[in-house]
Amino acid sequence: MSDKKPISSVNDFVVRFANVNGSGSASANEMFARAILRHGVPVSPRNIFPSNIQGLPTWYEVRVTEEGHLGARGGVDMMVAMNPQTWDKDVAGIEPGGYLFYDSTKPMPSTKFRDDITVIGVPLTAITNSTYTDPRQRQLFKNIIYLGALSALLDMDPKLIEQLIGEQYKGKEKLLSSNVHALHLGRDWALQNLKCPIGLRVKKSDKVGDRIFIEGNSAAALGAVYGGATVCAWYPITPSSSVAEAFTAHCKKYRHDPETGKAKYAIVQGEDELASIGIVIGASWNGARAFTATSGPGISLMTEFIGLSYFAEIPAVIMNIQRAGPSTGMPTRTQQCDIIACAYASHGDTKHVLLFPEDPAEAFEFAAAAFDLAERLQTTIFLMLDLDIGMNHRLCRPLKWDDARQYDRGKVMTAEMLEEGRDFGRYLDVDGDGIPYRTYPGTHPTKGSYFTRGTSRDRYARYSEEGTVYADNMQRLVRKFETAQDLVPRPLQANAERPTKYGVIYFGSTSPAMDEAIGLLEARGHQLDRLRIRAFPFHSSVASFLAEHDFVYVVEQNRDSQLRQLIVNENGIDPVRLVPIVHYDGTPITARFIAKAIGDHQDHLKVTPLRKAVS
Amino acid sequence: MTYIAKPKFHHPGLKKNALGYTHRDYEGKISTLCAGCGHDSITASIIEACYELSIEPHRVAKISGIGCSSKTPDYFLGNSHGFNSVHGRMPSVLTGANLANRDLIYLGVSGDGDSASIGFGQFAHSIRRGVNMTYIVENNGVYGLTKGQFSATADRGSKSKKGVTNTDNAIDLVAIALQLGATFVARSFSGDKSQLVPLIAAAIGHKGASFIDVISPCIAFNNHAGSTKSFDYVREHNDAVNRLDVLVGRDPIAVDYAPGTVQVVEQHDGSKIALRKIDADYDPHDRLGAQTFLARHAAKGQIVTGLLYVDPDADDLHEHLNTVETPLNALEADTLCPGSAVLDKINASLR
Repeated sequence: MSDKKPISSVNDFVVRFANVNGSGSASANEMFARAILRHGVPVSPRNIFPSNIQGLPTWYEVRVTEEGHLGARGGVDMMVAMNPQTWDKDVAGIEPGGYLFYDSTKPMPSTKFRDDITVIGVPLTAITNSTYTDPRQRQLFKNIIYLGALSALLDMDPKLIEQLIGEQYKGKEKLLSSNVHALHLGRDWALQNLKCPIGLRVKKSDKVGDRIFIEGNSAAALGAVYGGATVCAWYPITPSSSVAEAFTAHCKKYRHDPETGKAKYAIVQGEDELASIGIVIGASWNGARAFTATSGPGISLMTEFIGLSYFAEIPAVIMNIQRAGPSTGMPTRTQQCDIIACAYASHGDTKHVLLFPEDPAEAFEFAAAAFDLAERLQTTIFLMLDLDIGMNHRLCRPLKWDDARQYDRGKVMTAEMLEEGRDFGRYLDVDGDGIPYRTYPGTHPTKGSYFTRGTSRDRYARYSEEGTVYADNMQRLVRKFETAQDLVPRPLQANAERPTKYGVIYFGSTSPAMDEAIGLLEARGHQLDRLRIRAFPFHSSVASFLAEHDFVYVVEQNRDSQLRQLIVNENGIDPVRLVPIVHYDGTPITARFIAKAIGDHQDHLKVTPLRKAVS
Repeated sequence: MTYIAKPKFHHPGLKKNALGYTHRDYEGKISTLCAGCGHDSITASIIEACYELSIEPHRVAKISGIGCSSKTPDYFLGNSHGFNSVHGRMPSVLTGANLANRDLIYLGVSGDGDSASIGFGQFAHSIRRGVNMTYIVENNGVYGLTKGQFSATADRGSKSKKGVTNTDNAIDLVAIALQLGATFVARSFSGDKSQLVPLIAAAIGHKGASFIDVISPCIAFNNHAGSTKSFDYVREHNDAVNRLDVLVGRDPIAVDYAPGTVQVVEQHDGSKIALRKIDADYDPHDRLGAQTFLARHAAKGQIVTGLLYVDPDADDLHEHLNTVETPLNALEADTLCPGSAVLDKINASLR
């Protein structure tokens, strides 16, 4: 049937599942990804889902990648087309030479297929209906049956899938055996009726190592548990809700007093984002470690409080799981589009600390670090995740914790210190780092109390509307922000093999695609030094990197090149030397996109005068 | 918010309470509100209630929003931490503070603009959650700091100082608090200290969400004929259902006893409220009855005051969340962090 040679590839291909939302496909698809991991082959799965609970199309894409390229690749080698609604688009999206897997129970007209792909029909509905009578069972087991058929087609070891089923349904023998049965129904049908395996194959390897498979939101929530967060206030919003839900689940396991059963945490679902951040500010003012998790629209609502946190110098941790904006746009699509909104959130002169984890492992580390930073700097710390990191399982290094680590509670004056006669000025910079001491409410009967206000107070928190007093405080806040530069995670630099005058800056979830793109660019003869920014304010090494290179590409997932704007603004850099590479259609950025955009620009630079190329 | 420091000296013979504190130890800075402002009377009542209860001043956290009323926490309990937060957001800040340390006393001070307009949602939800607090609204029916605009508690048909008639319906915060499950609900009048002081004391002793609506005339913008929040109007239409004394140990707080039926309510903290009935039929343990009573009297233009509802066995948000007895802000890594061994197990489960 095909006039193009079928794609032949071992441990390097993309399978996309097209499903109907709410059909129970998610767990079967995730099991497919996990089964490949058990073969020792890295995978990178992604959910592409609508803002819907039931009925609309949803996709799950699994990149099988022995090389360990965890970014999205683009293109589909095998489409598991289970959704008639999206059939035409799904079939059109298959790479030439690719494979189409579909339910052949109902015959399809030949016009619905393509000549340049291999079509694999399995009568899933017929097999399912002849085995099961209950409608819900039919729906769920159909997913396991296609998993079984795929295992035969892709030459997977069924023992490894059985093992996974065994782990998932441990103690539920009936479910366990019926799932294994369904798996073999599909597998046996494929072995008996189809040519197995096809050109795409999974072969056992050892490239996964000790890495773990976890969603960024869950890892960040675990970081909050390890980092000592005791108060969490939140309002449901995709894609951040699973942070609070994971925090709840983790706390239920690890934060109850074994003797009394009482909770060493408090979680409140607020009536909105204003209440959520208000609760965080109130709790932090009173000395607890508190956080909220939200997304773009929530940040917009919280900005007044974020300004208060800046001026009144109250710690707060906000996890922002970014999604495509504006607020009512594409809430289930990924972007890095709140950089400016968070860096300068609120009225008046404000600046905030941002942390940019690249994957779940860093989300865990930075989440825990955010609480130390918030209390050390007495201000809001943003943990800037996005949907791509937050809501997808990502292979990453195991999470680590040093048991000797103590929390940095920052400059807190205790009753003993006040009793010794230490001079307490709530906004007094005693050692030049711009950070004053604070006291918790209720510390001492006669010393250390103060009245907290947004503005209009002197170094001793006494009311003042004097211009010089206000300016003095604003200058101290600048000093404090300079102190922050050396406390936040530093940028990581990786240089090209040969010296080059070209560099690239990137951050967050762009990381795996960027790493892969470097290889593609080197193959085209382009050498680039890389700098991965991990926090704002920018460390001095960012300015050095810019000084060392003639042109620096800034790769990001938003339209307005927001990180580039921030770099230009904060470093006083000639914007012409910073070339924006932006991707903002809501899909995760790919290595192919980056390599093409930078490669084309580089080619262009070599043949035309510099002035023209960048104008 | 004052430029003038209040002198600290006082008469050596000044009376002391059970903790050895004088009245002066519960004062704050000099008020910068207008002379004669009802809010200053509420400030004085808070000072007196705290003195009489022998509360350690620094164990109170005073939290407010924005507005004239929200400035007042600077004028009492000078040794307490105070937080003049964001307009309409006192309830959420107080909720967070309360979660962080359940051992302090939380006093939320707000106004009618702060709680019935911009902060109506936060008012409602903090009440719903049963936060252990004393929530006082200093209710004058106008925005004072921005010079006399109507607030959402201004009665329909009442007139502004400039002669404009309010055409919007009024929000009765007491009725809403009752409906949302507040477990201590009262209304009083800033001009009636003998009623207000024991109400504040009883509210502080109550465990759960206590709400007091205090009608507090704005002498600058809402004390004229045609206003329903003026001193004269409130005095004429005040319909007190009861008066009360709070008994800590053996000392009754208020002294001006009047004859009537006395009902004793034992509070969670061990204090007792002696409730002297004025309206013989009024039952402050009947939430539905209170709601009907209020609605009937409001229709007649009467302002019902007194302790309108109390549930002495109420619980609070910490009980709902089953939190540990130790304040959350006192927990450290040794009890909060599950440690590396647990993390190794978590890692193993993710492969």
